[in-house]
Amino acid sequence: MTVPVRKFDAVIVGAGGSGMRASLELAKAGLRVAVLSKVFPTRSHTVAAQGGVGAALGNMGEDSWLWHMYDTIKGSDYLGDQDAIEFMCRMAPEVVIELEHYGMPFDRNENGTIYQRPFGGHSQNFGERPVQRSCCAADRTGHAMLHTLYQRNVHARTQFFVEWMALDLIRDAEGHVLGVTALEMETGEIAIFHAKATLFATGGAGRIFHSSTNAFINTGDGLGMAARAGIPLEDMEFWQFHPTGVAGAGVLITEGVRGEGGYLLNKNGERFMERYAPTMKDLASRDVVSRAMATEIKEGRGIGEHADHVLLKLDHLGLETIEKRLPGIREIALKFANVDPVKDPIPVVPTVHYQMGGIPTNYHGEVIVPAGGNPETPVPGFYAAGECGCASIHGANRLGTNSLTDLLVMGKSAARSMIAFIAASGREHRPLPNNAADYSIGRVNRLDSQAGGEDVSEVRGEMQRSMQAHCGVFRFPDLLSAGVEKIRAVSERVKRTQIKDKSKVFNTARIKALELDNLVEVARATMVLANARQESRGAHDRADFHSRDDVNWLKHSLWYRDADRLDYKPVHLKPLSVDTFQPKARVY
Amino acid sequence: MKFRIQRYDPDKDAKPYMQDYDVAMGPSDRMLLDALVRIKSVDDTLSLRRSCREGVCGSDAMNINGKNGLACITKLDEVAEPVVIKPLPGLPIIRDLIVDMTHFFAQYHSIKPYLVNDEPAPEKERLQSPEQRAELDGLYECILCACCSTACPSFWWNPDKFVGPAGLLNAYRFIADSRDLATNERLDDLEDPYRLFRCHTIMNCVDVCPKGLNPTLAIGRIKELMVKRAV
Repeated sequence: MTVPVRKFDAVIVGAGGSGMRASLELAKAGLRVAVLSKVFPTRSHTVAAQGGVGAALGNMGEDSWLWHMYDTIKGSDYLGDQDAIEFMCRMAPEVVIELEHYGMPFDRNENGTIYQRPFGGHSQNFGERPVQRSCCAADRTGHAMLHTLYQRNVHARTQFFVEWMALDLIRDAEGHVLGVTALEMETGEIAIFHAKATLFATGGAGRIFHSSTNAFINTGDGLGMAARAGIPLEDMEFWQFHPTGVAGAGVLITEGVRGEGGYLLNKNGERFMERYAPTMKDLASRDVVSRAMATEIKEGRGIGEHADHVLLKLDHLGLETIEKRLPGIREIALKFANVDPVKDPIPVVPTVHYQMGGIPTNYHGEVIVPAGGNPETPVPGFYAAGECGCASIHGANRLGTNSLTDLLVMGKSAARSMIAFIAASGREHRPLPNNAADYSIGRVNRLDSQAGGEDVSEVRGEMQRSMQAHCGVFRFPDLLSAGVEKIRAVSERVKRTQIKDKSKVFNTARIKALELDNLVEVARATMVLANARQESRGAHDRADFHSRDDVNWLKHSLWYRDADRLDYKPVHLKPLSVDTFQPKARVY
Repeated sequence: MKFRIQRYDPDKDAKPYMQDYDVAMGPSDRMLLDALVRIKSVDDTLSLRRSCREGVCGSDAMNINGKNGLACITKLDEVAEPVVIKPLPGLPIIRDLIVDMTHFFAQYHSIKPYLVNDEPAPEKERLQSPEQRAELDGLYECILCACCSTACPSFWWNPDKFVGPAGLLNAYRFIADSRDLATNERLDDLEDPYRLFRCHTIMNCVDVCPKGLNPTLAIGRIKELMVKRAV
């Protein structure tokens, strides 16, 4: 079967923050770039980021990129690659200022500079006291950022393919990446996007869990496509539970609430974080706060009918601050928790929020895999940035605000690498394999003709409940090994999913089934790697291995889809220009 | 709970029709979007857009009991049964609740929705006082859901010529930005019997905006600036 082929210099999958930061750079370089997105660009999940973007501008007092770097490494529980972290923290002010020049409506100080608020794990002078580093637009920073980036792309005349879902990565016999196959949702047609360089900027996969702050679209499409193309996934056992999801609804309440002075209370009205993190208190890093909350709940100090959540108090901030700095939070609390935070605390519970792992890359955004004895051999023509990539900046636990910093820095960095690669690759595209679209067409045909198969919602529900029950804040050996079996069983069922909707036109049942193909790869990687890592580090907390084990486990995990094969590679402890921050005990 | 949902699949239907659903809600179903997801798990042919499920991405705008709104922040206990759900009015229907938003986005693009400032950028941020920044409040929060423009009779009649409330709100967002230097060009572009002046202050836009924004006020401000520079 022949399918239409569209040729571009660069193809970007995903139109969130990193995809659109990259497309802007590529368009400015005069290259022909196509951006594919399942949703209109401003619907991408970057829109939901609230509290801010981290950069040591020093607008509110002394700050330095080196302190930001230290905080990020400590936050990562020393699993982050120190070269990538130095790269990000040094480049953060530049990309934030660029965004301001693009028109981003940051909040302002009296002197006209960008307002910055305190955030979890960010400190002055290597952990001495909280610092104000989070550059924000009220509590709608992601929204303001995503719209600003879209607006600049309109100005740059970037070519968007809106409501196109990428299906599979195209590689040739030598392993070069040559683009993707994609499905136009409105018509049901499949096309090939043939590129010299391909960037995945597809975001996270929080929807592998039952309860998540993530949007419906966060189905790990890039990770699924990479895994099916033989690329390993890195550090997938590390999932961030955000401390403050609205209990019962999962909707995010920004850490900026605590940055502005809000705090957590247990059922006795105790500000319990003082016990767990004497210096940073409620602004300790997220893994620490989430574990503290889960401990309070486990030990019977939760609140509510089922004693299954705690409270976030912010009424003492006053109406004026809440309306000025946290207006979106008030809206969410009123809608989803039926409380007005000006008067009453918000019921909150740790909720899956961010995927620290992803497609392995270096800080240039190049996808790297073990090959020929080198654990970091670039895959020619393939790049990843933002939440779907793993550089690894966040290691075992990401600091708040660093996701937006990451997507700007890595989006720009990956684009620069692509520009150089395209310049060096000559005028002609490498030829496509003859059968480039067959695999994708086969997947879609299988789905359309499947009879007596599995119901998509049911299988997805089973996967989400299994992940939630077997791979939570606290992880237990028996639950993990049982979880591996459950997810493997789900994987088998996913091969036989069936849909009733056979229409060509905007068939969202088909999209959901194709998304489940991607989700299940991420779920399996997560469960298998969580079961394998015999230590507690960052967001991965094992009941049977209570401590961090730097002797045996200071290394990155790699999972291959083929037979759940595992591999490991060293952490980059050497930064670019400064001395190594040696692993030490983490105290907040 | 009872729903009447407009259905249309161009692959097999000559024209749209209403389908009734009676579905038991689960304990965690709070919003209309929860109900639609539940219905879709029973009937996977029901097609709609949705993403963030918290009212910030603007995907799931639809007409609910006669009024445009976002399904994800419409509480189930606040809608009358049967809940009558139709696609946003005035735009071509692609399928079920999914409309073709080409005209809507074309109008947004037509107002040059980006900051124009050709002066050399300073090394650090362009300064803006808190008061200047406050001018953008009530404007930059637009989520492009199209609830407003598709509730506007002027937009129904002239979607190709009238910018519509969402586009005009965004035009004013840049006019009001102290960093933007293209106010005159922006006003020139809008000084047109259709682009701006088809607004007859019917104010449906204000009534339906799920973010509580006021496009009519923004349009009034643009008109004031036009009068001001004329005298």
